[in-house]
Amino acid sequence: MSRIETAIAVTRFGIGAQPGELAAIDGHGRDWLVDQIGRIDAIDRTGLRDARESIVYFRQEYQPRLAAIQNGTAENPGTARDELGRILRSGSAAHIAARTELALRTGTGFSERWIRFWSNHFSVAITSPPMALLAPTHELEAIRPNAFGRFEDLLIAAELHPAMLFYLDNAQSVGPNSRPGRRRGRGLNENLAREILELHTLGVDGGYSQDDIVSLAKLLTGWTIGNEQMRHSDDQIGRTVFDGRIHEPGAQTLLGQRFGGTARDQAPDALRMLARRPQTATFIATKLARHFIADTPDAVDIAHIRARFIATDGDLAALAQAVIAAPGAFTPEPRKFKTPEEYLVSAFRALNITQLRPRALGGSLRALGQIPFRAPSPAGWPDTESEWGGPDALMKRLDFANELARRAGANARPRERGPQILGSRLQGGTALAIAAAESAEQGLTLLLMSPEFLRR
Amino acid sequence: MTRFQPDRRELLAGAFATGALTLGGTSLAHARTANDRKLVVVILRGAMDGLAALIPAAEPRYRDLRQDLAISGGFDVGEGFRLHPRLTNLHRFWNDRELVLLPATATGYRERSHFDGQDYLEAGSQVIRDGWLNRALQVSANRPTSVGIGQTVPLILRGDAATTSWSPGILPDPSDGTIERLMDLYAGDSRLAETLAMAVETDAIADGMLMNDMGTGGGGPGQAYLQTARAAANLLAAPDGPGLAVISLDGWDTHVRQGSDDGQLANRLGALDAALAILRDGLQAQWSDTAVLVLTEFGRTVRANGSGGTDHGTAGTAFLLGGAVRGGRLIGDWPGLDTLHEDRDLVPANRTENLCRTVLAEHWGLDRRALDQRVFPGLGSSGFRGLIG
Repeated sequence: MSRIETAIAVTRFGIGAQPGELAAIDGHGRDWLVDQIGRIDAIDRTGLRDARESIVYFRQEYQPRLAAIQNGTAENPGTARDELGRILRSGSAAHIAARTELALRTGTGFSERWIRFWSNHFSVAITSPPMALLAPTHELEAIRPNAFGRFEDLLIAAELHPAMLFYLDNAQSVGPNSRPGRRRGRGLNENLAREILELHTLGVDGGYSQDDIVSLAKLLTGWTIGNEQMRHSDDQIGRTVFDGRIHEPGAQTLLGQRFGGTARDQAPDALRMLARRPQTATFIATKLARHFIADTPDAVDIAHIRARFIATDGDLAALAQAVIAAPGAFTPEPRKFKTPEEYLVSAFRALNITQLRPRALGGSLRALGQIPFRAPSPAGWPDTESEWGGPDALMKRLDFANELARRAGANARPRERGPQILGSRLQGGTALAIAAAESAEQGLTLLLMSPEFLRR
Repeated sequence: MTRFQPDRRELLAGAFATGALTLGGTSLAHARTANDRKLVVVILRGAMDGLAALIPAAEPRYRDLRQDLAISGGFDVGEGFRLHPRLTNLHRFWNDRELVLLPATATGYRERSHFDGQDYLEAGSQVIRDGWLNRALQVSANRPTSVGIGQTVPLILRGDAATTSWSPGILPDPSDGTIERLMDLYAGDSRLAETLAMAVETDAIADGMLMNDMGTGGGGPGQAYLQTARAAANLLAAPDGPGLAVISLDGWDTHVRQGSDDGQLANRLGALDAALAILRDGLQAQWSDTAVLVLTEFGRTVRANGSGGTDHGTAGTAFLLGGAVRGGRLIGDWPGLDTLHEDRDLVPANRTENLCRTVLAEHWGLDRRALDQRVFPGLGSSGFRGLIG
């Protein structure tokens, strides 16, 4: 095992090196990666609400205050409005702080990156007041526990979690021929079905039709969030429930296959079928290769990962092995431009910063252009340099690096830090530029803005 | 199918404008500096419901099909259409003859994926992978400069012609010395070197203008739209500002309870309307030389879905406005609501790319053959005339 492989393991597949980390791993970079497969570091859940608690909190704290403002009974509408904002921000801020702090201290950076990949694959985002509280719970409850299990189990957990059911409107979808559908004119919402096919399984060229979207939407009816209006039991409130009363009766045909099982089994059966389609293997393998290896991944890398997906029926631990064993996995030149969040985490780790004030963290993420749980669309965050490496984005990174260096002051020590955080990936030109910098602070800015630190 | 006929006076003016653009190979645009003819392209991401923005109120089936989504108020614009009641500034543009309305329009894309739909809208094709505005810059003799408002360059601007991105920041700037050293460090990385050079240039323009009330704070979609529009207007209006700006306004994917005269979509239309007014107010002196295209990836279903919203559809509405526009009229074909595309969507009777191509020809004086061969290859020859002048 060479030193360069260790540097690549930690910076390309991990989450960035802390000073001392490369030396500790020494020449065992690949083993360091393999050891992490199946190991999920525990997040500190103190003060974090789960999905059910978030929904209950929203109903008990947010909705009455909003109603009071709207019907004019709020004593001080201005203060009440501020309070609404505080309630919504409190949910995501605590989750962002907890997952960032984990990323800054973890010794299993590859495992965290793996979780974040899947969280982004099944992206849910803050698009409405309830989602401000609900969106952050999805990664914690649906993704983290299932990230090294089977793809079909992850798929079912991700689609049927309350955050997804709400985000893509399935909670409101009603079978047109169910009794509520016939009586009250409520009906199908095809949003979740379309995105499952397009973004989560087959991919947009995966060979499905508008009829397939409608069929899947019908199979998914009934999966909703327990609520008082539909007289669900106390235990069901705020949790995923299957309510057969709004399920579209009868069997449906999806991709030529008939789904006529019990009403409750229809959606999980359909999702299991989609998980096993070869188009899904291709789509997932391509996304993995693009995320971990190169914006335009080589066909051999995709084929390698895809073959493992098919051979193991979507065993995610085997898939993680396949990614780091792909032919192009350890090519020396960095072919990926870090996302803003990857950049921020790796920069903080490079400076051994493990604690952050929530306001400073939120401000930095906002300035760099990537606030967790706020991906711009159900496709999640983009994953290529053309999307992240624009002129203004580069300028914002420079402002951020400059500010970090200013605050590091005497602690900047860029000449020692360069080899510590980049190992053998540090280029001669960067080392020279740092040595010739007019101050330690400027040297640190140059290190954090070097091509080999901006990329991975 | 109804065809909106331009009146005789407009036809004459249109013919005159076209003639002037080709006589001697020069044009009004060329006679001045490259960035005098301002063009703003506004992309509404998520698919705006075109039937809510421009209401076909006189259609016999309108209320029947739209049910709770049917809109009662609005501003009469003739031919049986009304503008949404929240589009008060657009109504002013209309009265000032600065607004052209194109109903039932779609790109060549016929599926219903946002992401592919936006790629098609921005690339102008299913197969080409750079932006049609970038190709327009490449065939332009005087090469206007361009900026995407935001951290990255949107696809519509990407390609071989140099372009940049800009958004307001909150941290103090690094020293010039640091930037110079970074330039040296990027000597071996042409991509980073080029990107940094463009960023520094745009930042210099931004530094030279009054950047008051341009914080990046929150405050809902309205605030975000206004900030984006203000950033674009300030950059364009600066003495050495660019000639082309692209802004993206997202959040149009109204699957649930979109409302009618009031509600979620009405609020968003109101925010768009206010943002467009900011462009006019910010550009002031240059407004008479400005054209603004407002585009979206596709329309939405004619009928409501099961949750008071609309699902992804086909044809929608596009706007062209600005002091340079010969407005106050509807253009294109109107297919009516008697027959729907795949029994769900408004029939795509017009091509959005045709509108874009005409604006490039008439506003920037781009050669029509270059437009047909390089910018919108394979589009065919039919187009609109006399929209600018």
